[in-house]
Amino acid sequence: MPALQTINVSKSYGKFKALDKVSIEVGQQSIFGLLGPNGAGKTTLIRIINMISVMDEGQVLLNGKAIKQSDISNIGYLPEERGLYKKMKVGEQAIYLAQLKGLSKQDAVKRLKYWFEKFEIDAWWNKKVEELSKGMQQKIQFIATVLHQPKLLIFDEPFSGFDPINVNLLKDEILQLRNDGATIIFSTHNMASVEELCDHIALIDNSKTILSGEINEIKNRFKANIFEVVYHKQSELSLPAGHFEIVDTKKERGNLVSQIRILNGNKPNDLLQQILPKSEVVSFKEMLPSMNDIFIREVKSKEGRS
Amino acid sequence: MNKIILILKREYLTRVKKKSFVIMTILGPILMAAMIILPTYIADWSEATEKRIAVLDETGWFFEKFKEQDNIKFYHVYEGLESEKDGALYERGDMLLYIPLPELNIPVNAQLFSTKQPGLSVTAYIKSVMRQEVENRKLLASGIDPELIKAAKAKINLATIRVDEEGIETKSNTEVEVGLAIFAGIMIYFFIFMFGVQVLKGVMEEKSSRIVEVIISSVKPFQLMMGKIIGIALVGLTQFLLWIVLTGIFLLIFQFGFMGDGGLDLLNQQNLMQESGKAGIDKFTMIAEVLDSTNFTVMIFGFLFYFLGGYLLYASLFAAIGGAVDQDADTQQFMMPVSIPLIFSIAMSGVIINQPDGALSIWLSMIPFTSPIVMMMRIPFGVPLWQLWTSMALLILGFIGSTWIAGKIYRTGILMYGKKVGYLEIWKWIRG
Repeated sequence: MPALQTINVSKSYGKFKALDKVSIEVGQQSIFGLLGPNGAGKTTLIRIINMISVMDEGQVLLNGKAIKQSDISNIGYLPEERGLYKKMKVGEQAIYLAQLKGLSKQDAVKRLKYWFEKFEIDAWWNKKVEELSKGMQQKIQFIATVLHQPKLLIFDEPFSGFDPINVNLLKDEILQLRNDGATIIFSTHNMASVEELCDHIALIDNSKTILSGEINEIKNRFKANIFEVVYHKQSELSLPAGHFEIVDTKKERGNLVSQIRILNGNKPNDLLQQILPKSEVVSFKEMLPSMNDIFIREVKSKEGRS
Repeated sequence: MNKIILILKREYLTRVKKKSFVIMTILGPILMAAMIILPTYIADWSEATEKRIAVLDETGWFFEKFKEQDNIKFYHVYEGLESEKDGALYERGDMLLYIPLPELNIPVNAQLFSTKQPGLSVTAYIKSVMRQEVENRKLLASGIDPELIKAAKAKINLATIRVDEEGIETKSNTEVEVGLAIFAGIMIYFFIFMFGVQVLKGVMEEKSSRIVEVIISSVKPFQLMMGKIIGIALVGLTQFLLWIVLTGIFLLIFQFGFMGDGGLDLLNQQNLMQESGKAGIDKFTMIAEVLDSTNFTVMIFGFLFYFLGGYLLYASLFAAIGGAVDQDADTQQFMMPVSIPLIFSIAMSGVIINQPDGALSIWLSMIPFTSPIVMMMRIPFGVPLWQLWTSMALLILGFIGSTWIAGKIYRTGILMYGKKVGYLEIWKWIRG
């Protein structure tokens, strides 16, 4: 049973359709990437899951049952537009946010102590938020989001405002949370982090899901039968036209690197058989498209159609 | 429910701990106590030193008329102006009143020389004596006996007695009631604005610091709004109660500390002042009678009810404005229409106090937007119970309605950034 499912969720603001029958399925203990250009409807979908906004049509199922207000305490949500009370002290504020999630004060303090030590930020406890840098505030917000140990975590652009060291720290924490049993939905423009973290993705554009599935499966779906061959030879290979097409060749550390597309039902082995007699092959691998390429290609092709 | 309490606790504590709250709480009663005490204190103090005035009366009309007062003594001098100036002003440190011979028949010019401020009571006394004498002489000159005029003057004491439906008579006195009415109306106005604007600022702070979405992922927007409104209402009540208690304490301290003769001194002082004035009635029995007749419990209960009701009505609208706008500058266009009924109520106070039972007063005290101020202005004059209950019921309906509408505007508005919102847009939120 999926941890979270949306079925044909639609939402309009006046005449503007923000979501049009969007269905996603997030497996238990997986990291799910919700991708899409600005204004595609990601935040609207996330707000509906959090019951901040009300959908016009459709269903949201949490562990197979329609989501209800009391489930909210089992969700941790880090919104894209996030902040803290500037005049409040860090510790006091973190306790307040935890209490709003239903933790008792004692539990909140105990768990906060653990996280503050882990992130090495004990010294901030009595500082006012306005004295902290933006990155420091983001750490506090991250802690506040996960403190009540929710089963479902939703991060909207979690890495914005972090330096690379803290991005890595955060990535490790997210993976750790998944390993500890949480299901994570994670919305971002940062495709590199998607490839690194996500198991599944859904790509939303213009209020619709245009692509979804397991990340390797999607990459395979979008592969263009291009192989990269590194070999020793003085001049470029010549291959029988109509069967193979050399897309690109460049020199690299004394080797030639060619990208070759296989055409007309030929197999990779057929290509190797062509090359082997003519040169010494150093490496041979299939080129899979990056998520970045897929993202751009899909969003652009939709725009072209509409 | 639990979460509303968490929210209102935070709203309450952060505000009550602020320096500005502490300062306001202490400064307010000091000012109020000072306003009550200082006039009598100053009067007492300035009157304590004796003033002596040398009178150089070239006309010979007036000197006999200046009677010795409590603190003012008059004596006659005859030398020339310059030498008397030296003598009275510089040697003896007194004042010199110089009444020169007039060029025409009637002396209307006089000069009072003094090294210090002569004080209002001195100049007022001299003027009144001189005026009276000139008037008398004018009357005599035209053949009218001033005694006749005096005898013809009539003094009317009009006691107004209010009779209620059971035929019970209570003595009423408009003077004190007007004072109470204006005071109560202005207090309500002031409290609604002061704490309503705090709600507005609080909502805007949450929106601009972007914490609002973090919070409403844990609680419903309506809970957040109500927690804030109720929390700030409690701040207002706390301040109000502290003001009353502290004003009382400061009054006692002032009296014992400065007057020396204990609390009764203030009362005596006011009685004395009153006696020296023209109205012959003892002001304190008067105030006591009126307070008795206006039924103080109705006043206090009314004040608390109309403060809370009016505040809830307006605070919810202020919360909606705070949720709808992005920047301080944009609040103006919405603040205007919301504040107009409040300002209008105050502007109408003259009419309402003149005719507390007039049609305008009754209507304004029924409409929830104006009733908090207007009804408080009417209560000291006595209001039929059915009107009071109707007005209260309407106010309750009013704030339920306004919070309902405000909740809709608020929950949409707080998640809107970077968009300038107009009335049409807000209308869509209310319907949607």
